[in-house]
Amino acid sequence: MLKRALKRLWPGIFGFSGLLMLLVGSTLALSWAPPERHMGDVSRIFSIHVPVAQNALLVLLFAFCFAIASLWTGRRRWDAATTAAVEVGVVLTLLLLPTGMLWARPTWGVWWTWDVRLTTSLIGLILFATVLALRSFVEDEGRRATWTAVTTIVAFVDVPLIYFCVRWWRSLHQVQSSPETVDAMMVLPYRINAFGVLFLAIYLIALRSRLEMRRLAGEEVAPPPRLASSTAL
Amino acid sequence: MSNSTQPRPDAREDAAADAGTGASPRRRWILALALLGAVAAFSYLAFGDIGENLIYYWSPTELREAADRAAGANVRLGGLVEAGSVVYHADGLTIDFQVTDGKSTVPVRTTAVPPAMFREGIGVVLEGSLSPTGVFETERLMVKHDNEYKAPDEVDDRTIEDLVKTMQFERTDT
Repeated sequence: MLKRALKRLWPGIFGFSGLLMLLVGSTLALSWAPPERHMGDVSRIFSIHVPVAQNALLVLLFAFCFAIASLWTGRRRWDAATTAAVEVGVVLTLLLLPTGMLWARPTWGVWWTWDVRLTTSLIGLILFATVLALRSFVEDEGRRATWTAVTTIVAFVDVPLIYFCVRWWRSLHQVQSSPETVDAMMVLPYRINAFGVLFLAIYLIALRSRLEMRRLAGEEVAPPPRLASSTAL
Repeated sequence: MSNSTQPRPDAREDAAADAGTGASPRRRWILALALLGAVAAFSYLAFGDIGENLIYYWSPTELREAADRAAGANVRLGGLVEAGSVVYHADGLTIDFQVTDGKSTVPVRTTAVPPAMFREGIGVVLEGSLSPTGVFETERLMVKHDNEYKAPDEVDDRTIEDLVKTMQFERTDT
């Protein structure tokens, strides 16, 4: 009984606690954390830009693993999970770019520049949006699952590049911070928000997976006959 | 846990819904090929010499070495704003300063509006060109800050060597 309820409710628990963490983390970031010594208050965007960016890459790593499972097993749940994770990854990438630009303009002096970190991030967005576009064009379920998984695996090549490019090549974007390079009172709100975004992403992936499973199951049966308007009225 | 051997009806339904098109050797070959292709593409991009052609900015030393080739060409120059070198002209527009990598310096003249982070010792990336008189003229001044975020009461006591490292002139494979 409890197990069945939990099976139904666990995504909601993740979603709710994720939202709660984001609320607490952002409040701390905006009021409790100190301003940065050189940047001032604009540095507070760190607490949302970095969690969103890290989770975008993490969620795309999930998508990569789901895609492998989908090709290996041919099971529908992994195809649905791949699609769900790619969609959430695209949404997070769509959030990381503008939060980064809002931070870049007052600190770097420009909204955008073609350095490796910004360019590989934009390429990632385009690649994974292409995965979703391609998926929507394929009618046959088996072929669609295969294509989705293969394009996800190929697009994933960009993800470790997004992470490592700032260490390997010269860029305007700074390299990754660590708890040693960030004030402890800035680390805590960031960390709460990082888990908040992760939990929210897990919730969205679970929900979107279920929806996709139902949609795929619905494709098997013939569409329900339309109600004749004369009898309905 | 269910102690009956028969799966519950909803579990059987779940399994049917999950069946998909099933495992196939052909699809596993496709998986192997996709992974191989992805690893090959990543290795080429990460460890090939593509970085040689991906130089986002030149150091002052590199610009000096390229002297003749660099003159007049549009390039990016990166380095630290040398301490004590910033001169604001009386016209309220022009700023002169020196950019350094610890080994060489290049004089810079700009009429760009510098971001608030612009100061002595900070990293900058400039888009412009070297004039015949050897001054780097730029209208696009970008600040490159590092990954340190500290409270206002903490003193920034990093040396010029520490700061040069944040310019990533050398590739750090860690």
